[in-house]
Amino acid sequence: MILAVTIWLITIVSTVLMVGKYWWFPEVASAHGGDLDRQFMLTLVVTGVVFILAQVGLGYAVARYRDGAGKVANYTHGSEKLEVIWTVATTVVFFAMVIPGQSIWADLYLAETPEDALRIEVTGQQFAWNIRYPGPDGEFGRLAPDLIDDEGGNPLGLDLSDTAAQDDLVLPIMAIPLGKPIELLLRSKDVTHAFSVRELRVKQDLVPGLLIPIQFTATRTGRFEIACAELCGLQHYNMRSFLEVLSEADFAQWLKDQAEE
Amino acid sequence: MAEEVQTHAAHHEAPSGWVRKYVFSTDHKVIGIQYYMLALFSVLVGVGLSVLIRLNLAWPGTEISILGTLFPEGAPGGIMTPEFYLAMLTMHGTIMVFFVLTTAPQGGFGNYFLPIQIGADDMAFPILNMLSFWVTFLALAVIMAAFFVEGGAPISGWTAYPPLSALGEIAGPGLGTGQSLWVVSIALFCVASLLGALNFITTTIDMRAKGLTMMRLPLTVWGWFVTAILGLLAFGVLLSAGVLLLLDRWAGTSFFIPGGLVVSDQAIDHTGGSPLLWQHLFWFFGHPEVYIAILPGMGAVSHILATFARKPVFGYNAMAFAIIAIGAVSFIVWGHHMFLSGMSPYTAIVFSLTTTAVAVPSAIKTFNWLGTLWGGRIQLTTAMLYALGFVSLFVSGGVTGLFLNQPAVDVYLHDTYFVVGHFHMIMGVAAIFGIFAATYYWFSKMFGRHLNEFWGKVHFWITFVGVYCIFMPMHNLGIGGQPRRYAELTAFDFLQPLVSLQQFISIAAFITAAAQIIFVANFVYSLFKGRVAEMNPWRATTIEWEVPSPPPHDNFGGKFPVVYRGPYEYSVPGAEEDFVPQTAPDARGSTG
Amino acid sequence: MERAKFIFALVMAGVLVASCGGGGGDAEPAADEAPAPAADAKPAPDLSQAGSVAGKVSFGGTTPKNARIRMDADPVCVKEHSGIVRSQDVLIGDDGALINTFVWVKSGLEQYGFDTPAEPVTLDQKGCIYTPHVLGIQTRQKLQVLNSDGTTHNVHPLPRNNREWNQSQRAKGKPLVRSFPRAEIMIPVKCNVHPWMKAYIGVVPHPYYAVTGTDGAFSIENLPPGDYVIEAWHEKFGVQEQQVTVQASEAKEVSFEFSG
Repeated sequence: MILAVTIWLITIVSTVLMVGKYWWFPEVASAHGGDLDRQFMLTLVVTGVVFILAQVGLGYAVARYRDGAGKVANYTHGSEKLEVIWTVATTVVFFAMVIPGQSIWADLYLAETPEDALRIEVTGQQFAWNIRYPGPDGEFGRLAPDLIDDEGGNPLGLDLSDTAAQDDLVLPIMAIPLGKPIELLLRSKDVTHAFSVRELRVKQDLVPGLLIPIQFTATRTGRFEIACAELCGLQHYNMRSFLEVLSEADFAQWLKDQAEE
Repeated sequence: MAEEVQTHAAHHEAPSGWVRKYVFSTDHKVIGIQYYMLALFSVLVGVGLSVLIRLNLAWPGTEISILGTLFPEGAPGGIMTPEFYLAMLTMHGTIMVFFVLTTAPQGGFGNYFLPIQIGADDMAFPILNMLSFWVTFLALAVIMAAFFVEGGAPISGWTAYPPLSALGEIAGPGLGTGQSLWVVSIALFCVASLLGALNFITTTIDMRAKGLTMMRLPLTVWGWFVTAILGLLAFGVLLSAGVLLLLDRWAGTSFFIPGGLVVSDQAIDHTGGSPLLWQHLFWFFGHPEVYIAILPGMGAVSHILATFARKPVFGYNAMAFAIIAIGAVSFIVWGHHMFLSGMSPYTAIVFSLTTTAVAVPSAIKTFNWLGTLWGGRIQLTTAMLYALGFVSLFVSGGVTGLFLNQPAVDVYLHDTYFVVGHFHMIMGVAAIFGIFAATYYWFSKMFGRHLNEFWGKVHFWITFVGVYCIFMPMHNLGIGGQPRRYAELTAFDFLQPLVSLQQFISIAAFITAAAQIIFVANFVYSLFKGRVAEMNPWRATTIEWEVPSPPPHDNFGGKFPVVYRGPYEYSVPGAEEDFVPQTAPDARGSTG
Repeated sequence: MERAKFIFALVMAGVLVASCGGGGGDAEPAADEAPAPAADAKPAPDLSQAGSVAGKVSFGGTTPKNARIRMDADPVCVKEHSGIVRSQDVLIGDDGALINTFVWVKSGLEQYGFDTPAEPVTLDQKGCIYTPHVLGIQTRQKLQVLNSDGTTHNVHPLPRNNREWNQSQRAKGKPLVRSFPRAEIMIPVKCNVHPWMKAYIGVVPHPYYAVTGTDGAFSIENLPPGDYVIEAWHEKFGVQEQQVTVQASEAKEVSFEFSG
């Protein structure tokens, strides 16, 4: 009986932790984030029901069928009917939950990038973020690894002999305009990092040797923290930057301010 | 007990010298105990490391002078550095996954009980078996050495993703000699596991007693057998990955290192490799590895639930097929670790669906465990408590998998504490609960004496409540966005509300870790002073309970058992007792 | 029962011995504590008639514009500065004085041995910038790295000839104390959290070195009479060297001019 009560108590506390939302998602700030949160909640409800039923059933079985005088165990090897029922039931429930959710992933990763998307390049390095805006020409200039000079203010090795590179802006922080599609091009100078911003519900590895695009649209203004989410070395926990979502006008002004030498 | 005089190929004489008897022994029982002891040593180290990890997470900057003495570089002045934290984290994961969760259930209990349960006098290849243990031992010695070399233990995590793990000291402390030792150790471990897997498979196929058909095998044997097949197919891949990584580190090849890298302003002279290649190879091993850790536990739990519910296992065939199904599907789900790795987003959907498929046999197992309990006559021994705890944890750790298998949801939860909570719950503590259940169940057979039941129950209660207090709130940390593998929470504003929860978890972890002293004390005390065990103290049905405790050198004294029925004939109506042994020719269970 | 005891004792002892013993065996003495080269055996120079070498390092080209350093990812660093922070890679003072040039006696002292100074050389991290930017230190002399900032740094020297190390240092954390056993010109030091942070350490086997200040001047005192090669090193403009002969009690003038 103590075991049953303990299991039930654990179940109640676990449920309260989830239902009470004491430690929870930050308010969403991207267009796809709402769908992602809804899919999470759907999954939470389905698995929550499975979790509660299984734990309550386990506790009940232990309490109800505890050995005692005169008790006789039921001699049975099972029931094929039951096996078929719960196999089919779990298959249907789980796949019915998982398959529709794939459309959110498809929207994020398989959809065409809109023509008017603002492209920003993000380069990770131990343990800093380099954000590059293409400048007025809209084109990213050439990079040459042997020109890399963190101390001299050229962390990406921007090759200024390329005219497209001359107006490129490389910053340690990021700002984006509200409501405009953003395409980030992710790369790394050294080891694998991951770009993550909780409020945007965005996370993606930066893999050396690859250029990985991701897209999203911000839906509320604010200043959010960019965190590295893939172990990258001793100061991994300290690899931080900021992403500010600004109105279109503020963003244009911000870009102008930053371009000052 | 019925018997058959047998002329078995593998029969060998009992050795006389103590070195051959206890050190370089070919007796599967001695090797089983050696594996178990190796795992016990490793788990104590692993738990010790987790205490340091929890300390640093909750109270970074705490001064512990003894640490300063032991690790003047990693913890100067007794204060842990973030690099020391990551070294502890890497070693905790590596030691726990490889040297505890892989060795204890399979190398330990599997070695000891598989031959006995199938009525064999030993493994098919006893010398290979001995070799397998000693290579594992060597692997452990090599990885322990990593603590003490220049630069310390590696900081690249138990998954050792290149380029971080491939570039050497330039990328961080511990990534020089320490990382090399890590790779060598893992490669040795793979070799040992391959030898062991071959042995388990051959033994199960070839050496079963007369009458012991596959569908009469105890579910434990199914667990070990399928685990061995997984090991055979998975460890070879990790071995080759390890060799390639060593070549990248030592021979200047570029399997995993792409061109154009600049680390700390230094250009890296490699070109053409792919970091994703390692991830594919690693997780092709890594996902089956999760089942290598848990399948023997599932087998043992089914075995123990039936014994103490005094009921046949509910849906035996479904249980056996579920084990096979989990094993088979585990080879086509590895990509769910890599949704955000930069691999094709189309494949993510495929891996998502195959992963969902694993949930079905897992659910079948849970239903059948409940079915086994339903209508039983449940005896709450310590072994049973741990088996019930396993079921509870398996459910709790299993359902969260249904979040992480969805790539869209994983975008938010990937590499957060939600994942840490999930895998600790299921492959960490659920598997450990399987090991504890098996220990409390079989200790008497292995050592001829019982573990103390009272202290066993004290140990259970603290541990059971403790692990829930530790790992349940981790899901909330993950929902709050806390990334894993952060040495401390000091650098980000959004982590500040999570500090109190981390501190709560740490306190729970300290209490739970301290409670393990009860287990160790009980273990050592009972080894010498425990209540002497009879042959079949749990009144169980399978063959290991038909031989003395502990069994003689060749298990059966040359008289091999014949099997007449399935493994879990409890409470058979009309039988003399409430159990009918597999070897009883008469359905009423009279052994005459 | 005997069997159980035996196995228990043996296996536990075996694993312990293998891990501790094996570990102990593998632990090479850290390079820092490696036995000193035979320099101690050599005699100290006779300084009764010592002279000196002094002069100025200047820059003849067009002064380059220092790049803007953006610290915005770490608000603690930003707070320490008002206005735009610029790179310290090339600093030109009045009259083309080239600041932060490392000048040292490259050869001519091989026959002498020198004591290791007891007092440490200090490298501070202040406002997320290394102070000084260029410094000299004697082999085996203690280097003390301070963190005066309210933010975490990692101190990562990138030597070719000495052992590499890379250690985190908490905000206002305890000083790190290390040393370099072998001579090396120059060891770059980097902070990976604040990648613009860079310092250069010249490790020399004797005390005859100097770093040019805001006036581009340097002075190497107390030099025994003899023939020397003096080298000037600048992080962007490379090295120059000059042969000089220092007579008894002579104050020798030497100047270097870099043109970029």
